[in-house]
Amino acid sequence: MNTLQLCLVLSGLIFGIGLAAALARSSAILVLLGVELMLNAANLNFIAFWRFGPAPEAGTGVLFVLFAIAVAAAEAAVGLALVIALYRHQRNIRLQDATRLKG
Amino acid sequence: MNVVPLILGIVILASAGTALSLQNIVRSVLLLVLSWFGIAAFYLWAGAEFAAFAQALVYGGAVSMVVLFAVLLTRRGHLDTAVPPPPPGRLLGALLAGGAVAGVIAATVIRTPFASSSDEIPVLAVRRLGTLLMGPHAAALLVTGVLLTAALLGAVVIAAGAKDDKEGAP
Repeated sequence: MNTLQLCLVLSGLIFGIGLAAALARSSAILVLLGVELMLNAANLNFIAFWRFGPAPEAGTGVLFVLFAIAVAAAEAAVGLALVIALYRHQRNIRLQDATRLKG
Repeated sequence: MNVVPLILGIVILASAGTALSLQNIVRSVLLLVLSWFGIAAFYLWAGAEFAAFAQALVYGGAVSMVVLFAVLLTRRGHLDTAVPPPPPGRLLGALLAGGAVAGVIAATVIRTPFASSSDEIPVLAVRRLGTLLMGPHAAALLVTGVLLTAALLGAVVIAAGAKDDKEGAP
């Protein structure tokens, strides 16, 4: 296993942890943190391929990561605003209780 | 094989795994900050300094603070930051799903023959990054700026809530 493969396996494991947390936890904040972790794992992939790729001077991997970080920050802000709105309506942030749209 | 990514990987995985299994949500966030800084250190090791500083500033500085504010704004009691553990069935399913995805990725990566990677760290100066952002990627930069503005305005509107939440309630 060379270093690139090590980085990719690490990214896969981080993604697995984030996915398990997003599926298992019931607190909306912890689910959001799991999603953030999955985004970070994807960013790690970009950096690893940029580092060991054939043309690092093009900088595509780093640029993609910068844009992904910006979008993730926007997602976190909107997500946490939704958490606060959820709390205002049902006085807790358990996702199992957010069933108002259930048919 | 390099030792640095191995150590960083162990730190990141241990802190992230512990963070997302804790009951106390404030401790979860603080441990996740450690794992985000570990990822920034990984970027630094890979030679992407600008991305590393962006990661440390945005995640370690901004996102963690926003999450902590959300935790403090949504607790009921004085010390109510505990989250009950998930039921065993859902925990098992989630662990199976996460483990299956990670296992498939790891197996695929290990069995894929990658071209022998160079060991020299690529250099991407900030000046070059700036030229790239302002030149070929200027449109993407503008779109990201518009997206950030719209998302933050929307977040403020959602979090502030409509005034008739209190007045118009039947």
